[in-house]
Amino acid sequence: MSLLSILGVLSGAIFAGTSLLYTTLGEVIHQRSGIVDLGLEGLLLVSAATGFAVTSLSGNPYLGVLAATLTGGLFNMVFGYLVISRQANQLASGLAMMFFGFGLSALIGNAYVGARINGLPRILLPGLSDLPILWTSLFKFDILIYLAIPVAFLVWWLLFRTRWGLGLRAVGENTDAAFASGRNPRLIRYQALFFGGLLAGLGAAHLSIAYTMAWGEYMTAGRGFIAVALVIFSRWQPLQAIVGALLFSGAIAFQLVLQSIGVRISGFLLETIPYVVTILVLIAWGGNRKHSTPASLGRIYYGRE
Amino acid sequence: MPRRADTYRKILSNVVVRHLLLILLALFLFGLIVTIYGKDPFQALKDMFAFTLGSTYGFSEVIVTMIPILITALAVAVPWRVGLINIGGEGQLYIGAAFATWGALTFPNLPPWILLPLMMLLGMLGGALWALIPGYLKAIGLVNETIVTLLLNSVGILVVGFLIFSFWHSVTDTNMTVIFVPAALLPTFFGTRIHLGLVIGLVLLALYWFVMKYTRWGLEMRAIGGNPQAARRNGIPFKGYLIIVMCIGGAIAGLAGMAMVSGFHHRLLYNVSQNAGFVGFLISWLAGAQPIGILVMSFVVAIIFTGGTLLQLTIALPYAVINILLAFTLFVVLSRQAFFERKKA
Repeated sequence: MSLLSILGVLSGAIFAGTSLLYTTLGEVIHQRSGIVDLGLEGLLLVSAATGFAVTSLSGNPYLGVLAATLTGGLFNMVFGYLVISRQANQLASGLAMMFFGFGLSALIGNAYVGARINGLPRILLPGLSDLPILWTSLFKFDILIYLAIPVAFLVWWLLFRTRWGLGLRAVGENTDAAFASGRNPRLIRYQALFFGGLLAGLGAAHLSIAYTMAWGEYMTAGRGFIAVALVIFSRWQPLQAIVGALLFSGAIAFQLVLQSIGVRISGFLLETIPYVVTILVLIAWGGNRKHSTPASLGRIYYGRE
Repeated sequence: MPRRADTYRKILSNVVVRHLLLILLALFLFGLIVTIYGKDPFQALKDMFAFTLGSTYGFSEVIVTMIPILITALAVAVPWRVGLINIGGEGQLYIGAAFATWGALTFPNLPPWILLPLMMLLGMLGGALWALIPGYLKAIGLVNETIVTLLLNSVGILVVGFLIFSFWHSVTDTNMTVIFVPAALLPTFFGTRIHLGLVIGLVLLALYWFVMKYTRWGLEMRAIGGNPQAARRNGIPFKGYLIIVMCIGGAIAGLAGMAMVSGFHHRLLYNVSQNAGFVGFLISWLAGAQPIGILVMSFVVAIIFTGGTLLQLTIALPYAVINILLAFTLFVVLSRQAFFERKKA
């Protein structure tokens, strides 16, 4: 097979994996503050539906991205109310949010099934325009793809180089100690959920406004759960999340390559790769707690009266 | 002691009143959403309750819907008693359904009184094997069971997809198998769609209640769940319990899968579970793994789902919208649980 078709596969994989990188980064922030969000699947659906609807109504994809992003943050505030203010169990609340997302997204998206939109415009990086058109068509990406890796660095910087990030990680490790050192664990967890929700919303925006450019019920197809797996795979490190998203994209690319050279292997089996690899990685760590798992992950903060 | 009895009565009436208020709140929120969508909320709720509780057919459909979620709730409750969080009922159900389907497709000529028990055993075996992975990894202290069961859900679903699309699909449809032979179908009752799975679920529920309350195993399991350190020092075989109990949970979920293919769909399809594994987890959690609570909660959730099917027909709401009512019900119950949670933590 030619170089061109390999590059085509690569380009396709990048399109498929971008939404997952944003979502994984969002979940990294949640989990660093000590919250497991299993409601991501619901968040992605609601954000994707809202973004698609707004794009369809306004004709402006950037407005749609904005709407999807904000929706992600707000959706997580409901989750935050349950697990932070009402101190409900995180796993059960997350699953409840998932069902909420199933319903709400169906309601929002119902009128837009089969609608067509102008997706996010694709921009060619300056300097590449001299290449032949066949090549440039492969490397015309939308702005969210260009921003994905810088955003991963931004999240890394926020978490590891700012006071806010230090406080957030402290809350995820030991809530009481963070409180004793003058931080407000509840507020920080709300902030983490909001900011992480914005990022996941961006991922959903890329999914429905740039990648599929269509709305369908349950269109996220388990991406929320893949993101949870990839967070563990990347050891709660934003930069390693890039590798995690590549793992997913790679599995898709591999599938496309095999198809193009005539090998028939089930897409279902290839899709299990991110999960299986994550389980193997967990086994390889061998129960060693020193792999930067936030120590208070999943614990409820009851406060100090 | 009259004063104490008084307090109890007060607490009881308090609990009943509060629960009624919570349910009303959930219904109100759902009505609000229906109103925003431009439909009549009172008509919707009236239709829903008149159908599910007021008609024989509707009620039988509620029971049919209740069967899988009742069983998967037990699949979560059993491991929970030793402190294991099994969020993988969904995957275990799928693998159990696949094993049972293999039996139905491979031995179509067996008489039903051999084939059905065989399929049940296969379903339990499938679910138990799928739960053995997280159970074993947890028992040897390698990996937390919560995350492994969660990840294996997606793997189980994909494996079933692979089996259907690659080997088992029917000639006309690539995402489901052919209808099973009559010998592989669970008998139904009273001319409705209620199938033997109901009996399986109720027997399991009774067994669960009996074992936990009256046997040594139940006592030891509760001991491990209550205080693992103390249990280990008292000579309870800790690791063995973790593995076996996890596998029992998986086997129960696998049985739910068998009941779904053999009693409900009459075939294996890609969407065999309709999220029953996750719903079971929520039910078990909300009921605090108590047998009566599980029965009541799965009945309530079944009413909601059955009502959703009806609203799709009568006022053309998308079926998925009923998930909002389910979520609101969960929200109000979850946010009330702070007190209960604290005791556990």
